[in-house]
Amino acid sequence: MQDLSNADCIVIQGSNMAECHPVAYQWVTEARLKGARVIHVDPRFTRTSATADKHIPIRAGSDVVLLGALIKYILDNELYFKEYVVAYTNAATIVSEKFQDTEDLDGLFSGYDDEKGSYSQETWAYASNDGADDETPGTIGGPAAGHEHGHTKSERAAGDEHGSGGPALEHAKVLRDETLQDPNSVFQILKKHYARYTPEMVADTCGIGVDDFEYLARSVTENSGRERTTAFVYAVGWTQHTLGAQFIRTAAIVQLLLGNMGRPGGGIMALRGHASIQGSTDIPTLYNILPGYLAMPVAGLHDTWDDYLGAIGNKEQKGFWANADTYAVSLLKAWWGKAATAENDWCFDYLPRLSGAHGTYQTTMAMLDDQVEGYFLLGQNPAVGSAHGRMQRQAMSHLKWLVVRDFNMIESATFWKDGPEIASGELKTEDIGTEVFFLPAAAHTEKSGSFTQTQRMLQWHHQAVEPPGDCQSELQFFYELGRRVRELLADSTDERDRPLLDLTWDYPTDEHGEPDAEAVLAEVNGRHLTGDKAGEPLSSYTEMKADGSTDGGCWIYTGVYADGVNHAAARKPGREQDLTALDWGWAWPANRRILYNRASADPEGNPWSERKRYVWWDAEAGKWTGHDVPDFVPDKAPSYRPEPGTGGPAGLAGDDPFVMQADGKGWLFAPKGMLDGPLPTHYEPQESPVSNPLYAQQSNPARKVFPRKDNLWSPSGDAPGADVYPYVFTTYRLTEHHTAGGMSRWLPYLSELQPEFFCEVSPELAAERGLENGGWATIVSARAAIEARVMVTERMTPLVVRGRTIHQIGLPYHWGVGSNAIVSGDAANDLLGVALDPNVQIQESKAGSCDIVPGRRPAGDELLRLVAEYQSRAGSTVMTSNELRTGHPESTPDTRGG
Amino acid sequence: MGFWRNQLSGPTDPAADAAWETSEPRKGFFTDTSICIGCKACEVACKEWNGVPEDGLDLLSQSYDNTGALGASTWRHVAFVEQTSDRIEQARESGRKLVSLGMPSVRSGDEPALAGGGGTATATLTDTLTDNPVPDVRWLMASDVCKHCTHAACLDVCPTGALFRTEFGTVVVQDDVCNGCGYCVAACPFGVIERRSGNEGHEKGPQSHGISIKGAGGAGDTAKGSHQNQPAHASSNGEVKNVGIAQKCTLCYDRLGAGQTPACAQACPTTSIKFGDLDEMRATARARVAQLHELGYPEARLYGVDEHDGVGGTGSTFLLLDEPEVYGLPPDPRVTTADLPDMFRKAGYAGLTMLAMAAAAFVGRRK
Repeated sequence: MQDLSNADCIVIQGSNMAECHPVAYQWVTEARLKGARVIHVDPRFTRTSATADKHIPIRAGSDVVLLGALIKYILDNELYFKEYVVAYTNAATIVSEKFQDTEDLDGLFSGYDDEKGSYSQETWAYASNDGADDETPGTIGGPAAGHEHGHTKSERAAGDEHGSGGPALEHAKVLRDETLQDPNSVFQILKKHYARYTPEMVADTCGIGVDDFEYLARSVTENSGRERTTAFVYAVGWTQHTLGAQFIRTAAIVQLLLGNMGRPGGGIMALRGHASIQGSTDIPTLYNILPGYLAMPVAGLHDTWDDYLGAIGNKEQKGFWANADTYAVSLLKAWWGKAATAENDWCFDYLPRLSGAHGTYQTTMAMLDDQVEGYFLLGQNPAVGSAHGRMQRQAMSHLKWLVVRDFNMIESATFWKDGPEIASGELKTEDIGTEVFFLPAAAHTEKSGSFTQTQRMLQWHHQAVEPPGDCQSELQFFYELGRRVRELLADSTDERDRPLLDLTWDYPTDEHGEPDAEAVLAEVNGRHLTGDKAGEPLSSYTEMKADGSTDGGCWIYTGVYADGVNHAAARKPGREQDLTALDWGWAWPANRRILYNRASADPEGNPWSERKRYVWWDAEAGKWTGHDVPDFVPDKAPSYRPEPGTGGPAGLAGDDPFVMQADGKGWLFAPKGMLDGPLPTHYEPQESPVSNPLYAQQSNPARKVFPRKDNLWSPSGDAPGADVYPYVFTTYRLTEHHTAGGMSRWLPYLSELQPEFFCEVSPELAAERGLENGGWATIVSARAAIEARVMVTERMTPLVVRGRTIHQIGLPYHWGVGSNAIVSGDAANDLLGVALDPNVQIQESKAGSCDIVPGRRPAGDELLRLVAEYQSRAGSTVMTSNELRTGHPESTPDTRGG
Repeated sequence: MGFWRNQLSGPTDPAADAAWETSEPRKGFFTDTSICIGCKACEVACKEWNGVPEDGLDLLSQSYDNTGALGASTWRHVAFVEQTSDRIEQARESGRKLVSLGMPSVRSGDEPALAGGGGTATATLTDTLTDNPVPDVRWLMASDVCKHCTHAACLDVCPTGALFRTEFGTVVVQDDVCNGCGYCVAACPFGVIERRSGNEGHEKGPQSHGISIKGAGGAGDTAKGSHQNQPAHASSNGEVKNVGIAQKCTLCYDRLGAGQTPACAQACPTTSIKFGDLDEMRATARARVAQLHELGYPEARLYGVDEHDGVGGTGSTFLLLDEPEVYGLPPDPRVTTADLPDMFRKAGYAGLTMLAMAAAAFVGRRK
């Protein structure tokens, strides 16, 4: 994070960093004081824009066009960092001849499957001589499973598996043309793909003028190269779209072309939304992955241990994911201890198997179908914080029981008596059978443990006071729950209870029953189980074995408890160490602060420049050294070349810096991993007042849609009825509140700073609709109508897109309807529908269509009639904007849902 | 008279004037509004540390400012000012005029105080990119606070001695001595100090929740023993302390005594609020304004550094990007007691004249 202060230029896009990450923003301030240029690209002029050198307003959801134009600018003007690109990226790698681009297929890549609404990725594969006939080269598949279809990958949101490196490949025997001239080379494909992303296209799509684009392009390119680096910063303004993952991929291409990855002041900073959101994917609270980004096994695909091992990594691919078997065995040993043996495949069959998509939104819909009996909410307030609040509350009213663990009586705990649906008459308290258990939670000062923050750094917090009354930590709650369930089952002979009964569940507790958090950390770190070192903590994940002689609950965290020391608790003040500050907290992997930092040195191992010196090869000592923990095999010389076909870490050449990628290279083109295309391409949001200027294909053809009566959409583009919801709305947070308000709307000092829900509109829109500053407005989407106080501000800029003025409305989403908070109000998220990105199944909450009118909304039945009247005028049906393929007269539009 | 003049106006060491024999270096703030991000962490940290109650829950419809003004229950206030290019142009113009009047502008031979590695390389950018054009919109944010004046009118007029000058040169109210007379409220040229009201807050609106905090489920739904969000300052019967008593920033006198930084400066994530010896604060401020001028922001200016102004300079120094009035600050604050010597002098002359006339009358009668 502090490395941002090394940047010469910082582009903050898809993030309101100053407001949502004010503490981290000190490093942007620091960079700026040192002379760096800071550019904020955002639909709104925010507190980030106020302290940036320049704010560039953009139409929500059009970022791929802007970044794609940047790629074209870099390629056309030959501004890419040539040595870096050739040596460190896959620019020279040859792709299968069967690959066809969206430019050839009017918005589709080759391999689109109308039946399944997703891609087969076979034609995107790297070419290979391996297994080829005489004429045409073959391709490199995934390990074992070959080319797994995008449909099954999407069902399990397989994109989440790439939280610590790229997807697995069959092997790394790629074909390369380092002159970059081969028409099937990634470099040439890239050139062709972005040929139409001109500054004029930017103006016509994003509403950004040619001068502003020029300013951005020059700032970024003039601040990149040997001597200088540019950093990108994003948050959920990029991710929460139906092609969110591709927004980030586009930035990755820009940064790889400019040579800004793995170098000080470079990279792409992903800002996570809460204190330990990074931790909650590392050691996941997700349905689809296991700790350390190991895949959750899928029924039919990973039925046997060998199937599973073959899918998560391959001994013939390069890099550290080739050792995935050691990580998986150590995990199972940590969970099931002595019960896990080679004979029973380390208890692999104790793991559940996925039978489909079970993300939060699918679960919500399953509740509506009475398929879910109970629900735990831990620090989550879906009645306010999740997309489509009405669907969330309706769904919870179908549960038999609901456990809410929180500090306060949040709206998700009281929706059954004071929610908006009670007020509108849709639900009646006496008809709701949900039994709600409210269990008070301990705050972070009342328990010990670690947060893993945005730069993968674990920071330990020590308990300062005992939790008051009945408040408990999550650790204690789940430990107790497990203990009691095991007690109940103690005499069971049922096979299905074995996984619970065989669990290692033996943490020491203090006099209040609180388990020792450090004991959990030690288990996460892993131990030697046999030999001289039996019982000692592992010091690195490279010590993990697949023979059951080690355990470890999350391989990427191994080392945090090396030598029995809690390194997450390291707190040497910054003034007593250098900027890298390796003695503050502990960052995974291996306490490394910048990933892929081998790329900060040239292929020979020397720093690219004195100014950007970071990690380099010390020829005399025969090892890598520098300001950070080198991200490379410590003693592998830059000149090292492996025998062709060598797999694993040994297969990495001395100049393969991307050690978690199956070919050791940074991927400009993603032959595997991305389910909606190997290259990012622009599609409009699910709901958009604008037609896609690039293709007849309006929106991401692989996105996940849910055609249902309670999930209607506005018509998009030129479709009839689109003018009923003529404005774009975008949702966001304010500094003064925390997400759905559970930690802020109950506190007087925060509530008084932003007491009411408001909407931000431009003076032009205010004039057009008769809105007054401080007055009320009603905002109507195809799902709901809500009311907000009006803030008329010059900070909202109408954008002109192809001659048409597009107004955007800003809606902070912190308020909810209930009776317990100090401040309450309508919830902005009620306006949203459910449409998801196919890679990671995140909802599109940053761009939607709405209308706005002056005055307060009606109540009761009249409110429902207002929403229905709009739907009827727009002619919205369950298929409106839900067709996956559009504008292809030769094919029937696909009508299936996700 | 010279002694009096030093006490009531112009440059002086206020702690020495207040007869501290072993005073500390004078302490103060430098608030650099050019790097303020308006997060209001200063407001919250101040209230948390000092136990200041909540101050009203009204949406003020003044940009993101729902605090309104400094007062008895608001000791830090972040102002939000939205401007379009015409107003920004005016701010630049007034800034240029100040520079021509001798405000610090182009850096002298000193090394740039804040420029780092990027400084030299910036020159490789072309001219058009280093230009600093007037933007369409800007959003000013500034955290205001008590000025801790060199010549503090509040202290001068206090009849009970509740307000006193500390060894750090700051001005502090003693709650238990104040009798609530309110002379200080009228005397403060900045409108900072205020008496705390009970049930109705200051001008902003009803002050309801500071006294009856709704905890976790006030309606009785609360599971036993969950967190009660009652701030430490509100007693169990829900009463606000110090009703009727004059209240303002103490510059965290209790923290200073323990060698700590005031809560607001400690919490500020961007170092917009700096704390330290006043001499250093003023030097840092001068260096920063010079840097901003060099970077093409002629609108930057300092507030409170002039020891010859109406309050003898302030202990809180500000770097502003527009005229003080834009932020709600008086352009030419003047201590209300500054005229006391003159008034005494004039009263003296008047008395002497009267005496002379009386004497003359007697003399005349003799004639």
